[in-house]
Amino acid sequence: MEQLINLFILLPLVGFILSLVFPRRNENMLSWVSFTTVGIQLFAALIFIVVWMFYGGNVIDLKEFSIFQARGYDFYIDFYFDRITLTYLMIGAMLTFIITVYSRYYLHREEGYKRFFNIILFFYLGYNIVIFSGNLETLFIGWEILSVSSFLLIAFYRDRYLPVKNAVKVFSIYRIGDVGLILAMWLSHHLWHENISFYKLSNYELVHEHLAEHSMIGFAISFLIFISAAAKSAQLPFSSWLPRAMEGPTPSSAIFYGSLSVHIGAFILMRTYPFWEFQTSFRVFVVIAGLTTAILATFTSRVQSSIKSQIAYSSIAQIGLIFIEIALGLEAIALVHVAGNAFLRTYQLLVSPSVVSYKIREQFYNYVPRPKTIEDSWPKRFEYSLYIISLKEWNLDSLMYKYMWNPLKRLGSKWVFFTFKNFYFFFGIGFLAGLILSLNPQIISPKWAFYLPLIFSFLGLLMVIKAFTERNSVRLSWTLIITNHLTIALAISFNEHFDITHHIWYLSGVIVAGMVGYFCIQRLRGLEKRVSLDKFYGHVYEHPKIALVFLIACLGIAGFPITPTFIGEDLIFSHIKENQVLLAFFIAMSLIINGLAAIRIYARIFLGPHVKTYHGSAKRSS
Amino acid sequence: METHTGEFSVHSSIESLKHYLPSQAPLKDFIHHNTLHAFQHDSFHDGVKKAAEIFGYKVYLSVPEFRNLYAKKEIKEQVLDQVLKAKKEGKEGEWKNKLINEKIEEEQIPRIGQLRSFWKEHFKIDLDSLVHPILFRIIGSYLDQGVSIWNFPASSNGFLASIRELERNSLISFFKTKRAKELLLNGDCSLENLLQITVGRKELFEQYMFDQQFAHPGWSGISAVIEDNPFSLIDEKKITLEEVIQFELLLEIDALDDRYGEIWSPIGLKLTEDPVKLFLDISYNEAMEVKMIWQEAYEWSYYDKVLKGIQLQTCETQENQIDSFQALFCIDDRECSIRRHIEEEDQKCKTFGTAGFFNVEFYFQPEHSDFYTKVCPAPMTPKYLIREVENTNRQSSDFHFGKHSHGLLSGWILTHTLGFWSALRLFFTVFKPTQNAASVTSSKHMDKHSVLSIENKVGDELIDGLQIGYTIDEMANRLEGLLRTIGLIDNFATHIYAIGHGSSSVNNTHYAGYDCGACSGRPGSVNARVICHIGNHAGVREILKERGIVIPETTQFIGALHDTSRDEMMFYDLKVLSDSNFKFHHENVLKFNRALSKNAKERSRRFMSINTKKSAKSIHSKVKVRTVSLFEPRPELNHATNTLCIVGNRDFSKNLFLDRRAFMNSYDYSIDPNGTFLLGILNAVAPVCGGINLEYYFSRVDNQTLGAGTKLPHNVMGLIGVANGIDGDLRTGLPSQMIEVHDPLRLLVIVEHYPEVLLETIKRNPATFEWFEKDWVKLAAVNPETKEIYIFNKDQFETYIPLLKDIKAIQDTEGLFESSHDNLPVYLIKERSHGTVN
Repeated sequence: MEQLINLFILLPLVGFILSLVFPRRNENMLSWVSFTTVGIQLFAALIFIVVWMFYGGNVIDLKEFSIFQARGYDFYIDFYFDRITLTYLMIGAMLTFIITVYSRYYLHREEGYKRFFNIILFFYLGYNIVIFSGNLETLFIGWEILSVSSFLLIAFYRDRYLPVKNAVKVFSIYRIGDVGLILAMWLSHHLWHENISFYKLSNYELVHEHLAEHSMIGFAISFLIFISAAAKSAQLPFSSWLPRAMEGPTPSSAIFYGSLSVHIGAFILMRTYPFWEFQTSFRVFVVIAGLTTAILATFTSRVQSSIKSQIAYSSIAQIGLIFIEIALGLEAIALVHVAGNAFLRTYQLLVSPSVVSYKIREQFYNYVPRPKTIEDSWPKRFEYSLYIISLKEWNLDSLMYKYMWNPLKRLGSKWVFFTFKNFYFFFGIGFLAGLILSLNPQIISPKWAFYLPLIFSFLGLLMVIKAFTERNSVRLSWTLIITNHLTIALAISFNEHFDITHHIWYLSGVIVAGMVGYFCIQRLRGLEKRVSLDKFYGHVYEHPKIALVFLIACLGIAGFPITPTFIGEDLIFSHIKENQVLLAFFIAMSLIINGLAAIRIYARIFLGPHVKTYHGSAKRSS
Repeated sequence: METHTGEFSVHSSIESLKHYLPSQAPLKDFIHHNTLHAFQHDSFHDGVKKAAEIFGYKVYLSVPEFRNLYAKKEIKEQVLDQVLKAKKEGKEGEWKNKLINEKIEEEQIPRIGQLRSFWKEHFKIDLDSLVHPILFRIIGSYLDQGVSIWNFPASSNGFLASIRELERNSLISFFKTKRAKELLLNGDCSLENLLQITVGRKELFEQYMFDQQFAHPGWSGISAVIEDNPFSLIDEKKITLEEVIQFELLLEIDALDDRYGEIWSPIGLKLTEDPVKLFLDISYNEAMEVKMIWQEAYEWSYYDKVLKGIQLQTCETQENQIDSFQALFCIDDRECSIRRHIEEEDQKCKTFGTAGFFNVEFYFQPEHSDFYTKVCPAPMTPKYLIREVENTNRQSSDFHFGKHSHGLLSGWILTHTLGFWSALRLFFTVFKPTQNAASVTSSKHMDKHSVLSIENKVGDELIDGLQIGYTIDEMANRLEGLLRTIGLIDNFATHIYAIGHGSSSVNNTHYAGYDCGACSGRPGSVNARVICHIGNHAGVREILKERGIVIPETTQFIGALHDTSRDEMMFYDLKVLSDSNFKFHHENVLKFNRALSKNAKERSRRFMSINTKKSAKSIHSKVKVRTVSLFEPRPELNHATNTLCIVGNRDFSKNLFLDRRAFMNSYDYSIDPNGTFLLGILNAVAPVCGGINLEYYFSRVDNQTLGAGTKLPHNVMGLIGVANGIDGDLRTGLPSQMIEVHDPLRLLVIVEHYPEVLLETIKRNPATFEWFEKDWVKLAAVNPETKEIYIFNKDQFETYIPLLKDIKAIQDTEGLFESSHDNLPVYLIKERSHGTVN
């Protein structure tokens, strides 16, 4: 019976793979595969739940298999089932089932019909991995799938400017969430000296014993998890991504951003609750954060004049309340709230086009000129200020630019003198020197042994920032991503004894993906005169196959769980000691920006309005 | 309009801008019009070429698309040769090769936007991405009609004044820097001054404004429309295009100051080279020339078939036939097929087509409403008001649209409780769609059992300058006008149906475009009831008798509404029918119902989700379900494929299968030798049908800029328009789901009359004449006696001899519907012998 859990992961996986096989024009088969997959899953879930409850509803923890083992290190897949999983499973299966049936007709004749169902199934796979995950590593696999499928879905209308721009924007916020998770994994590895499962976390004595000695680390882990949760659930200060994600077809926005995707943040908080249950200060912090979000988002929602952003902010406000409920330990209420909010917002988004006829009719018959609102009774100065700041979404979007992206851009733009050719001269010398040092550790003094990893990881970070901000050479940007990985590997090799197998795990994916990607770029440059990074070029219009291969290369190089690099990244962190916070931070930042830079290259050269104007393309503002 | 000399004048520049911006009204009043009306003073091909070069629109299909049509023989070689001969005499071979084989460079950089692109190139600043989001958001919130719960405060004194009021009394500003705010609050923020700061050179001001506003034509266009017609909003707002531009310039200054401080120099002074003037004469463009020839060949390949069909088709009405009933339908192309089906069901009946407001123009005020809604063609300004009383309908409400779900605490309670009700609703939405508060239903326009104030009573006062109802004399004039235009002045049947039309759908932001265009985008039910009341009025008949139209006492008028998406009919005021008429009416209803099911079957061949081979009845029920299904973006295909307008007797085209592509207006040339009624018809046909046709044309050839793109991601902005996502410009034109099966062909109006009369007639009204003279609508005259065909070309009629020699005749139309999803060719319909059909 417990083994049935595998089914819930395998089914979407099989469905996803099947959906890749059918031809683009075969709408019937594509949609059939989708709703059959999800339908069977829903049916199986119902039976499973009944049986599970019949047998007492005990928590299930299923250690699947180890992917990589080394001394003191075990990367294993673990599944878990309890009432939180149950709730999310039911919400997910029901909504996805309904939406796939819905979209079957809704998307008829739409360019990208196949793509749509591919992404939905891919997303659903990631969703199930997350909700069934029994440890942070497994969760992280699903987490990454959610990010990528979100990116692809927001950029569904990839020939327009805004969807692509917003897709990159949302992806970048998701990456911030990833930093949180990666660092949390790193710290907890040091805390527990193993990759701990959620099942063990629910062991009060164990948690209590470990945290008693390391309360700071405990708080840090909780905080990092909160960052990921807040990013995923669009809580402050990340809220502004949610309305901007509503660029895909309405049903997909409804299920992703109205319901399933945004509630994942709440999920991870509930999942880790046993861990921070006794950190009162952290619980207070979550309550305050949730309440602040709830209030600010409510005001923002009240001034929205577009229906989808109004629903988005209302949903954010409710999720803020859900965070509070979780922090107060009211798990049951939080679960009901999650379900109710998910259903309500999904339906509201689906019927959102009807608001025109509904409200116009309502006004036509019962027109009340300008109803007074509570704000009208407040002092004018306060009222107007609040109105303007709410309309500006509390400056959240511009703050992201001001404090995150613009400093990065400035940092990156300092390096203009590097070109594709001269960069490798400098890099070659530096890397070679590093390599020699690392192979002869005896010549390094202990003091330098501490600083060298930092220096090299910092250089790696600079490279990837340059890659992220490069505006001309695609090749330079792409190869900088590769050299960044090499430099990180080098930096780590100073840190501990040099274990070549770990580096092979780490670099194998990078090298292959890097070469494939480089080949794609060269191929495209051969075919097209205009390939650069200063704007969107939209080459997917004429070269969809190269675009697809390049996307896979991007995922590979970004450490997406399709290559050993994914494990390798985790391995790298296992070599960072707990007192090397700065090193961990540099490397985490590197990996994050790395993925971002790769996706940015993909978006800039393949997505957006096509640079050739012989066919219709929408205005930039639309 | 095109005074583009060096001198800058705010007024003329703004007027010129308004002229070129999209003039689409807010959603509730969506009315079809020629998308490129601004170029209508030029001939079609010249106008669209200009539009393409200046604004970068796609104005024809692409060359590969044309070549594909040629390969599929939808463009006939014979026709192509003929067009080449006319356009490129002496070089036919060379051009033919160019059209079919050579590589044609279709890339084109429009003139619009070139000046402002200099910000990005030289100043390295992306102004649009800094200014647009906040600009759209503020305009959207200001104009919002009811999405937001907390409205724009202080909005009574106009757009800029409101912002000023807000800025003056707020601790937080829309601006990031001082200068822009200071300019708004205390400085000189006249257009000239602001342009002086940003552009710096007077001769570039206008071009700069064009560049700027055409970066977001949707918001600018709607502001201009609302400026000129504030009543198009229920919650009226004062805004002018000038204010929008002023505010945008302030935001631009703010963005530039924020980046560079106040020391940047105006764009005009930094130009290395002046951009091409927008309205300079356009240059020769080979790709355009090629496409123009293709377009002509494409059009004539279809016209030729139709014209040959008109020549060949015969229809003999028996002398002295007594019609079993007569039915008046709207001119609308969607009524083309239902008439055929009704005539098939009852071969003794007769159908007519006329503009669906039935010659009664008025405002309608439903009960419980403070507002009047116009139910006649958009250009008319009625002086009458008809009010509804005794309406028992109540609107059902739905918490999903209410404000409580967006509150913090009320939202908390709702999600915990009604959230689960939403889950149930979701389930039924998908598996068992039914009507609900979200759907738009044509029959709800007016309560079936309500009473209308049709007759003006002595002593009734004017309301808002409108007279309540018509006097008897006014009624008689309207009925007479209607009957004479359609040629129904004797041989009245016992039943005369006046059947308006409307449409039902759900989740459809463009619902107004689905109803009757001749009733300003409303269902035609009220008009049908009104004209029938007039027709049954004894006093009116008395007057008509004096004027030579004798309506027998046994004749009764019956109003009805045809729902074009559900294929249902609803009949009004049956109480007034005599017993015998009521009985016979009942039999007619059975015939109508059979015809409606067959019509549903004919329509279903375009719907992939329905198997057309099934019985008419089962298809009909599926068609009805479509109209209440949230997930169905195509409740019906509306005017898609419209290409023709036939003005003539029913016999003129009755046995021609036109595949729902024709507007049809009944007209009897024999009682109108001077073309008096004809002019009335053409005055409406040209702008209404021509407008519909051209909107479909342009939305089809450039769905991305002239159309609204796919509707699937649309987001409702303030109930006035749709955008993609939350920071987008409003999308004007038609969504791709409405036009995807449309063939972009210009409307061909075929009139059954002598060419000399027709020529003389159209010249009487310059506005109507322009449509034909400038070739935006094609016009053909068919000599009623000889059936010779004449095509209007520039200023005269030329004989046309169809290239096609024969047209296939068919008998089984039902089999035809099952055979193909695509456009069907023109067929002759073999008349079945009498008696085979009940």
